[in-house]
Amino acid sequence: MSRLARWIGCCLALALLASAAQAHKPSDSYLAITVQDGQLRGQWDIALRDLDLAVGLDADGDGRITWGELRAQHGPIAAYAAARLQVQADGQPCTLVVGTQQVDEHTDGAYSVLPLRLACAVAAPKALSLRYTLLADLDPQHRGLLNLMVEGASRAAILGPQAPLQTFTLASISRWQAFADYAQEGVWHIWIGFDHILFLLSLLLPAVGVWAGRRWRPVDRIGQAVVEVLKVVTAFTLAHSITLSLAVLGLVSLPSRVVESSIAASVVLAALNNVWPVFHGRRWMVAFAFGLLHGFGFASVLVDLGLPQGALAVALAGFNVGVELGQLAIVAAFLPLAYALRRSWFYRRVVLVGGSLLIAVLAGVWLAERALNLKLMPL
Amino acid sequence: MTSPRRLLRPSPWQRLCPLLLLCLCALATAAPFTPASDAQVLATVPARASDPAARELAALRRAWRQQPNDLATALRLAERSFAQVAAEGDPRYIGQAQAVLQPWWTLPNPPVAVRVLRAQLLQFDHHFDAALADLDAALAAEPGNGTAWAWRTAILMVQADYARARQSCERLAPLATPLIGVACLAQVDAVTGHAADAADRLRAALAAHPQADAAERLWGLTRLAENEERRGAYPQAEAAFRAALALGLSDVYVQAAYADFLLDRGRPAEVLTLLADGARADVLLLRLALAAQAARTRNADRWRDALAARFDAARQRGDTSHRKEESRFVLALKADPGDTARALQLAQQNFAEQREPADARILLEAALAARQPAAARPVLDWLATNRVESVVLHSLAAKLKAQP
Repeated sequence: MSRLARWIGCCLALALLASAAQAHKPSDSYLAITVQDGQLRGQWDIALRDLDLAVGLDADGDGRITWGELRAQHGPIAAYAAARLQVQADGQPCTLVVGTQQVDEHTDGAYSVLPLRLACAVAAPKALSLRYTLLADLDPQHRGLLNLMVEGASRAAILGPQAPLQTFTLASISRWQAFADYAQEGVWHIWIGFDHILFLLSLLLPAVGVWAGRRWRPVDRIGQAVVEVLKVVTAFTLAHSITLSLAVLGLVSLPSRVVESSIAASVVLAALNNVWPVFHGRRWMVAFAFGLLHGFGFASVLVDLGLPQGALAVALAGFNVGVELGQLAIVAAFLPLAYALRRSWFYRRVVLVGGSLLIAVLAGVWLAERALNLKLMPL
Repeated sequence: MTSPRRLLRPSPWQRLCPLLLLCLCALATAAPFTPASDAQVLATVPARASDPAARELAALRRAWRQQPNDLATALRLAERSFAQVAAEGDPRYIGQAQAVLQPWWTLPNPPVAVRVLRAQLLQFDHHFDAALADLDAALAAEPGNGTAWAWRTAILMVQADYARARQSCERLAPLATPLIGVACLAQVDAVTGHAADAADRLRAALAAHPQADAAERLWGLTRLAENEERRGAYPQAEAAFRAALALGLSDVYVQAAYADFLLDRGRPAEVLTLLADGARADVLLLRLALAAQAARTRNADRWRDALAARFDAARQRGDTSHRKEESRFVLALKADPGDTARALQLAQQNFAEQREPADARILLEAALAARQPAAARPVLDWLATNRVESVVLHSLAAKLKAQP
């Protein structure tokens, strides 16, 4: 695969070269520095036109810089670059080692791509200082466009003679903080996502009883209700965690209109099942099957929130945990109340039947709205 | 086109799905690669071996490296570098010229020649007031500096300060050749209610001085062509453009102006031919993209994407000197109704800084597209106050007034 990808990459690069080589913009370099698990790495893209001015690349003066000419100058290029970027971690200088160069295309032509290894005395530094003087003596309008990635969070800065020394604090969002932030979003989403709550409620309403044929009978002990609720909630959780992960990782994707309409349909079916029972005691299966759909709904929310590229797993886990916590809160509020009321006429007729019918009607309207792209309700 | 930023560490899904990664590689335009052969050409630069201009520049650079503090050597290289900007459209030469002038650049009172050149470099980056301050100081010390008067006039024209531009021309006339003297005043008259008269005088002056320097004729012919085009005298305008191009001087400005003329006449195919040799500057890339779209060529998307990436790159470095081009790009090539507000904002910001007919036009067009006639008020005032004659501008203004 890698050979094929490289081959495609080369062909594309050549095609672009023909279009972009003639086009010009002011001189920029692209410097990416990554701090991951306390370790520093980097990549520095410097334009061949700039290196030709600074180091001299077009050895035969024919106006064409070949890969052979560029390769021959790797030593001088690496030395030139390394001398013009001083990195300090917490005030201690880091040693910079330039690796083997590659080539890349930016909007104005070909660049030498220099991998950087930074060895710093301080492990997990709190502040990073960059003294950037590339081309400062040859082109004061040159800028270094910095992309600093700290444990998954990126930030940009413009380096150059206008501010040769810049210091960045690395006390960025910690993994725990990111996890907590996404967990909070998960809780919030389940609470404001009425369709998920109503789906869950539809499955929970009959949980304080058992079906005997077409008749619903309240349970005797709370233990029975708890087991039933656990089965439903666990199945729902398991199912939507699976599809949420698959969708966020980009392995499966469904059109959002299909997902949203199916979620509405799942609420209708779950609610009607309480009036005209079909699934009886196997509601956990319903929870699992439709939970798969709800997972896609959660995924679109998470993607809209923006995913930290370096901490995808943290975000995914945090959001998922948040959704579960939000669900548990709903269950914790619902179960004692339903258990206390389970024998009353009010619960059996008004809540179980009336409430389910109301939910079915509401979800039916959602279904129509989402499937036909209409706006029927203010909510 | 994707931004040049990319992940250094593969994200989980990249690890999970090599197939997806492959597809992504095929879509993404940029990924570092190791060329297959030493003979592969990666970039082109001016050829020292065959191009006399490149050789001269290289020799000047060598001399400067030996004596970076020698004023005469530095000035020669800086002036040569600045001239290269107009020829190639490569803004890198601006920074290189500035680097050469570094020992004098921050002096409060540098030598007059440095001041005049510094003003030229400053105006390129749209620092018009700083440039004017340098030119005024240079002229106070050396009132006979024709270059300084010429640049002063040019900046005042961009700022639509026509009264002071006229005075500047009057001071320039006795110092310059007769052709420059006439052309300078004609360019002011052309936008202050005397366009026909200005065209006649300029044409007569060009005819009377056939031996004038090619660069002077280029300047005069370009001014004549633009004036005739504004008046709606299209055959005369085209003749002047062609005469200017026939001089054989590489000049980004006249190429862009003629490309616009052809685009307005519905002749995009000729623009593609005109600029086929290479769209070195953003301004030319824009015309190529517009022409490719109008002619529906297969390259249209590629030019458009290249240009979009260029504006993104400029934004990344905090550069705002391309607002006119970007506004036109957004308006004509993005074709998303949501973008008209941004095009208008860019055109407004641009007109606050530069007030030439082309700047006025893009603001009128953007205001029309955004259906915000009030936003074009500064252009309407400018048209009325100076009695600017222009078929295109007045027709756009009429449309704008008719807009409910």
